[in-house]
Amino acid sequence: MEISDGSCSTASMSCTLGDLSQPDGSASLTHGNTQVAAAVYGPCEVRLSKEFPDRATIEVIHKPKVGLPRCEDKLRETLLRSIFETAALTALHPRSSIQIIIQEIEDQGGLLATSINAACLALLDASISMKFLVAAVTAKVKHDGSVLLLPQEGSTEKDSLGIITFVFREPDKSVVCSFTSVGTLSLQQRNQCLSLCQEACDTVFKFYRECLENKFSKIK
Amino acid sequence: MWFAGFSSTSNMETKQLARRVVMPGEKINALKNCADSSKIILGPGLRLEDEDICVAKSGILRFREPNVYWVDSHQTRYVPVKGETVIGIITQKVGDTFRVDIGGSEQASLSFLSFEGATKRNRPDVKVGDIVYCRLLVANKDMEPEVVCIDGQGRSSGMGVIRNGGFLVRTSLSLVRKILNADCVLMKCLGNKIPFEAAVGMNGRVWVKARSNKETIAVANAILASEYMTNEEIKNMCQRLADALDGF
Repeated sequence: MEISDGSCSTASMSCTLGDLSQPDGSASLTHGNTQVAAAVYGPCEVRLSKEFPDRATIEVIHKPKVGLPRCEDKLRETLLRSIFETAALTALHPRSSIQIIIQEIEDQGGLLATSINAACLALLDASISMKFLVAAVTAKVKHDGSVLLLPQEGSTEKDSLGIITFVFREPDKSVVCSFTSVGTLSLQQRNQCLSLCQEACDTVFKFYRECLENKFSKIK
Repeated sequence: MWFAGFSSTSNMETKQLARRVVMPGEKINALKNCADSSKIILGPGLRLEDEDICVAKSGILRFREPNVYWVDSHQTRYVPVKGETVIGIITQKVGDTFRVDIGGSEQASLSFLSFEGATKRNRPDVKVGDIVYCRLLVANKDMEPEVVCIDGQGRSSGMGVIRNGGFLVRTSLSLVRKILNADCVLMKCLGNKIPFEAAVGMNGRVWVKARSNKETIAVANAILASEYMTNEEIKNMCQRLADALDGF
């Protein structure tokens, strides 16, 4: 399953759903040269210290390619947890936990966005109840002021004025979360990135649908 | 289940609407309601958000006359539902109850009195690690699930501890629903070729036992392989399997 288009999302996306046998849902997403594997367990048993009486606990584990999780991995975990706490219908499964495990396989720019999209696909594969879908797009502002979307061939997160990731929800395409990971942007630059990302998020949602239609075509 | 009143749409539109892939967050408003009551019954995967019907789970939208809609999702994790029969594994003995793993987010409890003919003096012979075929008496998202091995009249009606060998396989929940569906020919077709016993739990666990270990494995593999097959393909597979077991 592949989508490639020149205008919006500059790099091609490909994904396989449910390739792991043990988790309840899994997805392996490649966006450009960035690749991430995500697995979802749940709703399953929760440790007593993390239990909520009125909703499910969402736990996110972000594993780097090599070595132990560092500060930036912990930051990504926190971001992903807060995004999926709003997106998932946690009230349906009180006193249980939904675990999302993200394994970075290759980072060539736009890792955060790819992680969020992979996690969303894994949640869809596990058929977890959700209020809405989310799609993340990363934009990079170059030194000359031009904006381009990551990940892109031959362009890394270095040598940039700023990098910003937007998370959108379907169907109204409103912003769930925005995160500037490098540098500072002026309001004008930020708005320019926002409008470009908002256009590109349609491709991601379309991609989700194609992945699922491919999965369910076997059942029909 | 929710009930909602909506304006009626034509039959053609309904047929187009159902059987398509839906994703969480999608709003569906052109649903056909029952002619006389102007109500729609929303099953699993659909919910009412303010005035709109919202999809909560990814899957295929299904419709049944006159006014029932639900989402058929492909799930492996079990969420307990009251009245369903499941296959559990005894994990612990706590006082007068057993703890049973039924594959949900929490272990279920099983009282030693809820077996056929069990009294305080006459305790049932159940050990840790046994497989039980049981029915969910309490299944509430806020409470611990409870299972029993008797029906309302105190009879076992097929439930209880499963002994004497056999093989327990784990499948997806959609496969279990498929083989329990009256339209599916799998069990009938397979039983004609190879005689076997089976217990199918709604939690995605299937216990099978045939005359020999070889046949048991063949039956278990046939069940697992049938997930994406049509009735015609299942018939062919059963024929091939029987031929292979006879040594052709």
